[in-house]
Amino acid sequence: MADTSLANLLQSSESADTRPALGERVLEIRDLNVTFKTEDGPVYAVRGFDLDLDAGEVLGIVGESGSGKSVTMLAVLGLLPRTAQITGSVKFRGEELIGRKPKELQAIRGEKIAMIFQDPLTALNPVIRVGKQITEALRAHHTDLDQREAMGRAVELLDSVGIPRPEVRVMQYPHEFSGGMRQRAMIAMMLANDPQVIVADEPTTALDVTIQSQILELLKSVQERTRTAVAFITHDLGVIAHVADRVQVMYAGRAAELSSADVLFHRSRHPYTRGLLASLPSLTGRTGRLLPIVGAPPSMLNPPPGCAFHPRCPNAQGKCAGEQPPFDPIDGDPKHRIACYFPVSADGPQT
Amino acid sequence: MTTVEAPPTLAVSDLVKHFPVRGGGGKVVVQAVSGVSFQIGAGRTLGLVGESGSGKSTVGRCVLQLLEPTAGTVEFEGKNLVGLSNRELRPYRKRIQIVFQDPYASLDPRMTVRAIIAEPLIVHRIKGDREERVRDLLALVGLNPEHGNRYPHEFSGGQRQRIGIARAIALEPAMIVLDEPVSALDVSIQAGVVNLLEDLQDRLGLAYLFIAHDLSVVRHISDEIAVMYLGKIVEYGEAEKVYEHPQHPYTQALLSAVPVPEPSLERGRSRIMLQGDPPSPVDPPSGCRFRTRCWLAQDICAQEEPELKDRGAGTEVACHFAGTKPAGFDAKPS
Repeated sequence: MADTSLANLLQSSESADTRPALGERVLEIRDLNVTFKTEDGPVYAVRGFDLDLDAGEVLGIVGESGSGKSVTMLAVLGLLPRTAQITGSVKFRGEELIGRKPKELQAIRGEKIAMIFQDPLTALNPVIRVGKQITEALRAHHTDLDQREAMGRAVELLDSVGIPRPEVRVMQYPHEFSGGMRQRAMIAMMLANDPQVIVADEPTTALDVTIQSQILELLKSVQERTRTAVAFITHDLGVIAHVADRVQVMYAGRAAELSSADVLFHRSRHPYTRGLLASLPSLTGRTGRLLPIVGAPPSMLNPPPGCAFHPRCPNAQGKCAGEQPPFDPIDGDPKHRIACYFPVSADGPQT
Repeated sequence: MTTVEAPPTLAVSDLVKHFPVRGGGGKVVVQAVSGVSFQIGAGRTLGLVGESGSGKSTVGRCVLQLLEPTAGTVEFEGKNLVGLSNRELRPYRKRIQIVFQDPYASLDPRMTVRAIIAEPLIVHRIKGDREERVRDLLALVGLNPEHGNRYPHEFSGGQRQRIGIARAIALEPAMIVLDEPVSALDVSIQAGVVNLLEDLQDRLGLAYLFIAHDLSVVRHISDEIAVMYLGKIVEYGEAEKVYEHPQHPYTQALLSAVPVPEPSLERGRSRIMLQGDPPSPVDPPSGCRFRTRCWLAQDICAQEEPELKDRGAGTEVACHFAGTKPAGFDAKPS
């Protein structure tokens, strides 16, 4: 561990060792661009994306497949393949992460910024006992911790996420866990180093609905206890309504709308957000004919010029195909922004 | 069209499907489906809901005779299909089709769309202008008839699912088993495919067995609902009644667990939090299979299996304590 740049990083990030105060900006993304080189040409996955995340809040990031929501967060964590070209800035508590060496990022990833994925079965190593995997996560960042102490901590962690008989469970392999229990184990692993930012990428999508509700409750109680900043990626607007304080809607690698959860569900102004909400069937009442958004999300090999949503947008006019609309505040609310020249009226029909 | 005497399009009775697996100390049997009965009339949709391992997809495959049931009958337009040879099944295979979840895996990437849709016509030796028929089918599912010479990869997920649907209706079936047909699609696309399924049903009088875990989509499309838990139907009845007044504690828990896209409702809602996971279908609990996770369970639940019957609320419920609501619980958030 005589790596000097690592030592420097740890020294320079003294402030990062103390937990951020509530409301402190922990993550700041500016003009992020991610492009993948492929056989068919460059795929423009993220295109000039900004995002702020503050300590204590849960930010929901919604979008359909290919909207760039997961790629953005993988870029933050430095987990994209080498074929990805990344430009722009990602700051964790003021420290620039883009352009950092992999080893320097490792010191932050897992300890300061932790991630849980959709599929716990592929995220866990099938041939290593669950307890051992948690102790590895612990000891990666706390080299002074011996194996016995670490194992004791692993048992505590499994217990804290509601896994019965944790002292037996630490000795088992991932396949001996059910889907819900595996996701709990993942959450335990994520919590191992008391992270300051949690990135949750569709953490309940693969789970049955009754198990999903257990895991959402667990994540919520963990978040309320630790007041950790959470970026929660999902395509499920019901889950967003359950967990998020603020919501960022993404479309074709860009920000479409950003607002508080309440504003998003009641006074959204972007035609895409409105279209998404209108296309959902209702659980609580017989709905008439569903209202799909026409067309399909664009290929990011050649995204449409101007506003990427214009080919599917009921409000689109000539201007929309020419120039990307700026992502500006609307309705005099600095916390509500949209990228649209012809917004839907605020009191128009909602869902 | 249907007279009172005409049999329903599909009548499944006491369907059982066991899968033998090699276990530790000898022969072990997964009891995937344990005595399931339901009916679907022409032009009607039965929504079959349940979580992973509840046996709902196995039921769908038994209906199609892709799996041979261990016991029970599957009557299609009055004719029991169980035990028929492949040759005897052939005319019925034409009449019952399936649409799968994954529009990427269920279409051969090396075949043109025209060849994919024409394949069932060739297999079943349907005479007539196939070219013309394929064009009609493409138009019917909302795709450009000129695109028959393209390959699946040139289409989006929603369009691919439409191709799968065109293939399913090519032989003019009476019934389609829809196994999670919109689960892999983006929300904005899902609605269009659901609308298409509804339109086709209206035009062609199709009976649908709609298997899905998304309870909102199921409510939207279904006339009747059957809720499965660990291989058995626990509640069965008119969709409206089941959703508005769920009688079985499992149905109540399931509906309360679905997050609704409306923050004030969603946060103020009381939830029934089920503990733990469903037990293994290798060794299901005695009596009522839900009792190990049920907050109403009493001794009788372990001793006596509750019969699936109308207990006064107009739906069939398999629960000794049907209709009991947990304190403060309202299935419909309001």
